[in-house]
Amino acid sequence: MPLHLEIVTPERLAYSDDVDMVLVPGVDGELGILPHHTPLVSLLGVGELRIRKDGDEESFAIVGGFLQVRPDKVVVMAETASLASEIDLEKAQAARHEAERTLASGFHEGADLAAARATLQQALLHVRVAERRHREGPRSRG
Amino acid sequence: MPSQREIRRRIGSAKNIKQITRAMQFVAASKLRRAQESTLAARPYREKLDEVIADLAAVLGADDHPLLSSRPLDQPHNRLIVIITSDRGLAGALNTNTIRFVAREIADHPGDLKTATVGRKGRDAMRRSRVPIAAHFEGFGDKPAFADTLPLARLVTDDFVAGIYDRVDVVYSRFVSTLVQRPVIEQLLPVQPTEDTVGIPGNQFLFEPNPALFLEALLPRYVATRIFQAVLEAKASEESSRMVAMKNATENAQELIDDLTLSYNKVRQANITREMVEIASGAQAR
Repeated sequence: MPLHLEIVTPERLAYSDDVDMVLVPGVDGELGILPHHTPLVSLLGVGELRIRKDGDEESFAIVGGFLQVRPDKVVVMAETASLASEIDLEKAQAARHEAERTLASGFHEGADLAAARATLQQALLHVRVAERRHREGPRSRG
Repeated sequence: MPSQREIRRRIGSAKNIKQITRAMQFVAASKLRRAQESTLAARPYREKLDEVIADLAAVLGADDHPLLSSRPLDQPHNRLIVIITSDRGLAGALNTNTIRFVAREIADHPGDLKTATVGRKGRDAMRRSRVPIAAHFEGFGDKPAFADTLPLARLVTDDFVAGIYDRVDVVYSRFVSTLVQRPVIEQLLPVQPTEDTVGIPGNQFLFEPNPALFLEALLPRYVATRIFQAVLEAKASEESSRMVAMKNATENAQELIDDLTLSYNKVRQANITREMVEIASGAQAR
């Protein structure tokens, strides 16, 4: 039985296809989901979501959100989801430095601080995902 | 009869107006396409959240989270209406319709009520009719981002939890088609789970890390998503309404130009005839 995976963000439908397995960053660590999984709802952490399909692997950088699992279907509702191959490493690096500068520049209101931290977290994640991809080459794992 | 020059001046200004309205019509048309796309693109997220809430409905009680608890509405209660209008005018009857809809809602349900407005037009109307405005947001631009609507969502949920409001509704103009936009009212808070139609009994769900934390994160998101969707719908309605209004204006301007051109020609012809008669009678008199 195939496992249908959908990744949605508030602004778009990022992915919709049948897959063999999906590894999801949960709040308390990574969850591996195969077909016939117990129904589950979970919070998502920040990290890399990996999709295995026909021996290929694709990955998304995921920031926060929710996960809903049914035996034949997985729905990921993330704040943001970026396909690893579409992340521009240089841009991600620049965003990271920008976020670090903002944080280093001192006084922040609660909400601003949280936003700046979230930006940094996302930039770091993008850098990590993009670098891993560079090292291993696209879709190399079987 | 107005002079030839007077008519020519009026034709000139009608032509200018036509040029402007035509340009606005095309700008609105291209913005409409974008607004429509982002409204459609945002729909899956909202649908998935709806599904999750429906799944949870079976295991949820009103006591599980403050955003679910409905308070008796037959007693005096405080109400907040979030009104979504456009920042700019020249969009036909769109904002008037939305505002009239709100006015009727207010008149039908007297009681303590405040409004939160998105868009300048709504704020101006509420100010004129002296309805208290608790908060105002504007300048979401042509492509509203989800992050733009978060402050409003946070304010609404915080105030509801704090007990300042017992019920929160949102009024916006739903985009039905390019020609039809209809103002609608939807209840935001307390959150009302829809019935689970897909049929996995809710009590079989595992919660990670636990139900309380999950709801704590999910419900405010859900409210924010509903607001975001409403803002997108209102945006698409605005552009389509403006496009149609400007199309009509362009056509009217063309009609006016045609009428004026006709009378211009008549006046010109009358002047030529008169001059000829004058010349002829002058020659006879000699």
